[in-house]
Amino acid sequence: MNGFLQIVRRDLHLAMRQGMDSLMVVAFFVIAVVLFPFGVGPESNILARIAPGVIWVAALLSSMLSLERLFQADYEDGSLELLALQPVALEITVMAKVTVHWLTTGLPLIVAAPLLAVLMNLPDDGFVPLMIALALGTPALSLIGAIGAALILGSRRGGILLSLLVLPLYIPVLIFGVSAVDAVIGGFSARPQLLILSGLLVAALPLCPWAGAAAVRQGIE
Amino acid sequence: MFHRFANPTRFLRFAAVIQPWIAAITVALIGSGLYLGLFNSPADYQQGETVRIMYVHVPSAWMALFCYSAMAGACAIALIWKHPLAELSAKATAPIGAGFTFLALVTGSLWGKPMWGTWWVWDARLTSMLVLLFLYLGYMALNNAFDDPARGAKSSSILALVGFVNVPIIKFSVDWWNTLHQPASVVKMTGPAIHASMLAPLLLIGVGFTTYYLWVMLIRIRYEVTANKIRTLQRRQAATGESQA
Repeated sequence: MNGFLQIVRRDLHLAMRQGMDSLMVVAFFVIAVVLFPFGVGPESNILARIAPGVIWVAALLSSMLSLERLFQADYEDGSLELLALQPVALEITVMAKVTVHWLTTGLPLIVAAPLLAVLMNLPDDGFVPLMIALALGTPALSLIGAIGAALILGSRRGGILLSLLVLPLYIPVLIFGVSAVDAVIGGFSARPQLLILSGLLVAALPLCPWAGAAAVRQGIE
Repeated sequence: MFHRFANPTRFLRFAAVIQPWIAAITVALIGSGLYLGLFNSPADYQQGETVRIMYVHVPSAWMALFCYSAMAGACAIALIWKHPLAELSAKATAPIGAGFTFLALVTGSLWGKPMWGTWWVWDARLTSMLVLLFLYLGYMALNNAFDDPARGAKSSSILALVGFVNVPIIKFSVDWWNTLHQPASVVKMTGPAIHASMLAPLLLIGVGFTTYYLWVMLIRIRYEVTANKIRTLQRRQAATGESQA
């Protein structure tokens, strides 16, 4: 636990020093959503209909955008090998990295989401389930993404490759995240969708750091 | 048996012997299946002649899933026992599986046009097949993304296993998301719901596609082994060239 917290603290420090990086993810999130009214037109009922989907897809893409840096910087300057050598299980290290990724991208996305929901004219009922679904879904995105980020270490054209690897695996989270919001807007309970999202998160929590650590081991071998 | 074929030379000798037999069986099975399917089975009372697309479409869809399972199995063997042939066969399986997935999508689309009046509908099965195609493409892209082929093989093995765990989850979520397709009619608890005259060519082509897969996989493994040998020779040549200069 101690080692976990130390890595979290270290990576948070590094993220703070680079300051603008996590803000840039939020900026991308906002701009990507704002593009949609230009694409589909400003009719508020159409925007309200597509709002949950657009916000979720944009959140997915923004979360993916920052994944490439998850291990890459440490891999390039060699500190990833030192992290792997220290007497903390590599799975814990990966988990710590995922935590920091979520704190620096997932959390800002959740904070920015209500503002975008207002811009997209999301019905009032949809706000709470959107926030809960994002709170359950974005950690799962960070966890799944960590596997992809570890797999591409040392490859040519990592970023594009990462999207091909990770986006298909994001589909379940997207489906249940959007349908939770749609269900409440349609007058139903979002409970089943939110329970499944929690299930996805609970399954990803042990499995993804495990697979991610295996992938990191291949990368630094 | 398992460790016997860890030796590529022994495997190549074995492959050279059985390859013509597999080829002959493949041609016989697919040929007879196509004959039965195209000339010797009734047209559907609702769908007419277009129902014959089924004889390619359904076995392709089976093979798409079969190949992914085979690939994931080979990847698990490669990661656990570091069996050299398992890595090669996983790598050889991916393009074949992707090809079958693509074939299933294309024939499904051709079938959908007269039946549903559109080339593509976002129904659950089509969508999960499309996602499966992306999983295949991701595997192949990752396998080729490294300068060191051994590294690509290992990384993509992990990806294949992650994908294998995810396939049922994706399937389930896509089913939840939308269901328009007719329910499965061959594998039912009460036995097949289609007539024997249609089931026979379907199964013949299904088995024929499996032997076709084995046939192409043997060719591709032989190619990979040869390519590895050439790469080693070139590297050795480059090394000796440098030491002389």
